[in-house]
Amino acid sequence: MVNYIWVFMTVVGFIFALINGTMAEVNKAIFDGAKEAVTLCIGLISVLVFWLGMMRIAEESGLLERLSKLFRPLVKRLFPEVPVNHPAMGYILSNMISNMFGLGNAATPLGIKAMEELKKLNGGKDSASRSMVTFLAINTASITIIPTTVIAIRMNYHSASPTEIVVPTIIATIISALGAIIIDRYFYYRRSRKG
Amino acid sequence: MELISVISLTFIPLLIGFILLYGTFKQVPTYESFVEGGKEGIKIAFSIIPFLVGMLVAISIFRASGALDALMNWIRPVMKSIGVPAEIVPLLFIRPISGNAALGMTSDLIAVYGPDSFIGRLASVLQGSTDTTFYVLTVYFGAVGIKKMGDALKVGLLADVVGIIVAIVVVAMIFGTK
Repeated sequence: MVNYIWVFMTVVGFIFALINGTMAEVNKAIFDGAKEAVTLCIGLISVLVFWLGMMRIAEESGLLERLSKLFRPLVKRLFPEVPVNHPAMGYILSNMISNMFGLGNAATPLGIKAMEELKKLNGGKDSASRSMVTFLAINTASITIIPTTVIAIRMNYHSASPTEIVVPTIIATIISALGAIIIDRYFYYRRSRKG
Repeated sequence: MELISVISLTFIPLLIGFILLYGTFKQVPTYESFVEGGKEGIKIAFSIIPFLVGMLVAISIFRASGALDALMNWIRPVMKSIGVPAEIVPLLFIRPISGNAALGMTSDLIAVYGPDSFIGRLASVLQGSTDTTFYVLTVYFGAVGIKKMGDALKVGLLADVVGIIVAIVVVAMIFGTK
């Protein structure tokens, strides 16, 4: 599906450029997009190195395991295929907690680590396992408690109450996470019925 | 507000301090472990480059050609008929694709319509309650070499749709639609 979307965006873009006469912009966009991607990855190196370094200490000291023990009952239901003592649990949980506190730059390295562990659990195959799809669904619903960036923007533009959106955001984020889990489960049962 | 900024400012130092002290207490060679873990970060960052280049080039072409605008113009009347303000439609499309662009649009909407308007509040809540599905998918699956994504994209995008609907309903219910 990703292959189709990728080709679709590119080809439809070229066709529109022909019709609209935006070929010059499109030519520029090709290399701007590539440059932006590399800049983004280079920018990621610093946070990846820092947080993965920190998390290695947390893993070796057993902190990660204690964290997963704490939330075990909840996460066990969400990820029935992951053994409770597996390091994947710890990474999934730390990723979710970083997201909750709006620590986007810490969440990404932890999410990648969680994926890596989930891939090991799946026998190193190059296809997405059930747990991976669930993990992504929860991630894209992005459970947030303190939307720090948005609050900062609202303060910038002199909102009478910059933080009034915190409670609505929490409500919306919880409902949409539940929705994501339900959608994920629906697709899982549909897959397993097909065999 | 004071309290929230104090919490978010102290959270990271507290977390780091706790990890370091706990590691020392458990006799982990903290500095060596940090370096070992960090090395992995470099490998991961480089391995995602091709995935992001491919995805971002396609997205930039789609936007720069005017195709995204055309799609939005086409969908706007439909959205309006179900009570979604036309001004917010571009944000809905950008949100799953690009985090930076979405943040730019959110601050633009807040600047133009005011932070305490329906549109301003809706943009604020949307920014917090949905995520850049394409980016998360590309980076997470790219970094560990997952080629067959299964239902992941469908599930992620449907979850975004749910997030958008919920955000609109919650904001309208709590603040009204003015």
